[in-house]
Amino acid sequence: MLDLLKEMFSYPFMVRAIFVGTIVALCSSLLGVSLVLKRYSMIGDGLSHVGFGALALATALNMSPLTVSIPIVVLAAFLLLRISESSKIKGDAAIALISTGALAVGVMIISMTTGMNTDVCNYLFGSILSMSQSDVNLSVILSVVVLLLFVLFYNRIFAVTFDESFAKATGTNAELYNMLIALLTALIIVLGMRMMGALLITSLIVFPALTSMRLCKRFKTVIVNSAIISVICLWIGLTISYVYATPTGASIVLCNIIVFFLYWLIKTVKGVTIHDK
Amino acid sequence: MNLITCKNISFTYDGFPAVKDLNFSVEQGDYLCVVGENGAGKSTLIKGLLRLKKPSSGTISIENGLMANEIGYLPQQTIVQKDFPASVYEVVLSGCLNRLGIKPFYTKKEKTLVEENLLRMDIIDLRDRCYRELSGGQQQRVLLARALCSTQKLILLDEPAAGLDPMVTQELYELIRKINQDMEITVIMVSHDIHSAVQYAKHILHLYHTQLFFGTTADYKNSEIGRRFMGGGFRA
Repeated sequence: MLDLLKEMFSYPFMVRAIFVGTIVALCSSLLGVSLVLKRYSMIGDGLSHVGFGALALATALNMSPLTVSIPIVVLAAFLLLRISESSKIKGDAAIALISTGALAVGVMIISMTTGMNTDVCNYLFGSILSMSQSDVNLSVILSVVVLLLFVLFYNRIFAVTFDESFAKATGTNAELYNMLIALLTALIIVLGMRMMGALLITSLIVFPALTSMRLCKRFKTVIVNSAIISVICLWIGLTISYVYATPTGASIVLCNIIVFFLYWLIKTVKGVTIHDK
Repeated sequence: MNLITCKNISFTYDGFPAVKDLNFSVEQGDYLCVVGENGAGKSTLIKGLLRLKKPSSGTISIENGLMANEIGYLPQQTIVQKDFPASVYEVVLSGCLNRLGIKPFYTKKEKTLVEENLLRMDIIDLRDRCYRELSGGQQQRVLLARALCSTQKLILLDEPAAGLDPMVTQELYELIRKINQDMEITVIMVSHDIHSAVQYAKHILHLYHTQLFFGTTADYKNSEIGRRFMGGGFRA
């Protein structure tokens, strides 16, 4: 076991993957609780597909993937937020429209330029090899920004998540905090997408939050618990991916599924709950 | 002294007129009940008073000094809240948010206020319970405590008794009466429970897409519209 860890950490790409992965897992699970509770999970899914399209565009233009995808995905995040808030358009259908549309455009761009190859497979399902040194630098900055904003605005995020109309009525700028949540989500998705894969990155947002909601009864406990679950599942998933050469994203999601059923089982069988007092 | 004065206000909803030509005023310490059938525009009016919705015409003048961060609000419950993992304490504390200004965290002052309001609403024992596991009546008390944390002057309630059984409803109305009398907080309540409305309120505003009645409760009971709406069996 120790030898395996030693071997894993002797490869720079693994160190980078673990480092960036941990940060992405941590930040996405924090935001995930709010997104799931606000019924915004589909926004995450839509964003990752838009991210795939942006990634394909970057490859075709021979530009750095992050410089192209960050502005596109951030823009899409604001658009999707507007769509899901507006009651006049069918929000869920509009999000499906955008996400499949972006996916199709991405696939078209790739097939007309580089052709369908293993790169596409890596984009869709994630690769452990995809993290570069510039990703590591960016993720350090991003994680500091996300964690700082999350802690500073924790009380406001709670209020806006629990009851938006009350927050608005009593003078909180709910739109601003919704946009903040969407912006942070967009950044995390762009960062984690190449490792987790465009089709699977949403799982990092949804699974830990839903899992800890099975048992936890306080908002703070839910958040701490999902951060822990998310990071541990990522570590185990990465190890599996390294040892058995399986796609990274899928391995991590598999761990999350197992933990979800574990929590669900505990809840159903025992009916117990986690107290932090 | 008038806290709120509305002159000829109208609201539209999705492009259609919801309510029009409302003229009424609310005094400090008043207890106003807005009654009317479903879809009469009661909730729209509340949203307007909370400044969540702009009137399409007319003016709402609100007394100087009554800022959004001095208003308490008890909204109708949403689906999001039904399975929300949060403790009672966390929910009530979130009512103090408008006292924070630009400070990021709650201080001792806000926490004391939460304790006071938990005691007032008689839910201090529930403080560490999970909100989603409470009964409907208990949940309303929690939301009422949260609304009290965010106000000193005015509280707006949107159908607070919806879905509660009669006993619990009666207790809730008693609590609201206490808030009005003992804490001297102005109450504006939307309700379609007309019998409780005339029992507790000082003024009645009856809506049906427009203003059918505005005046004191005693006048309302003697008015034709009041008698008709309350039904034949009601004895004042």
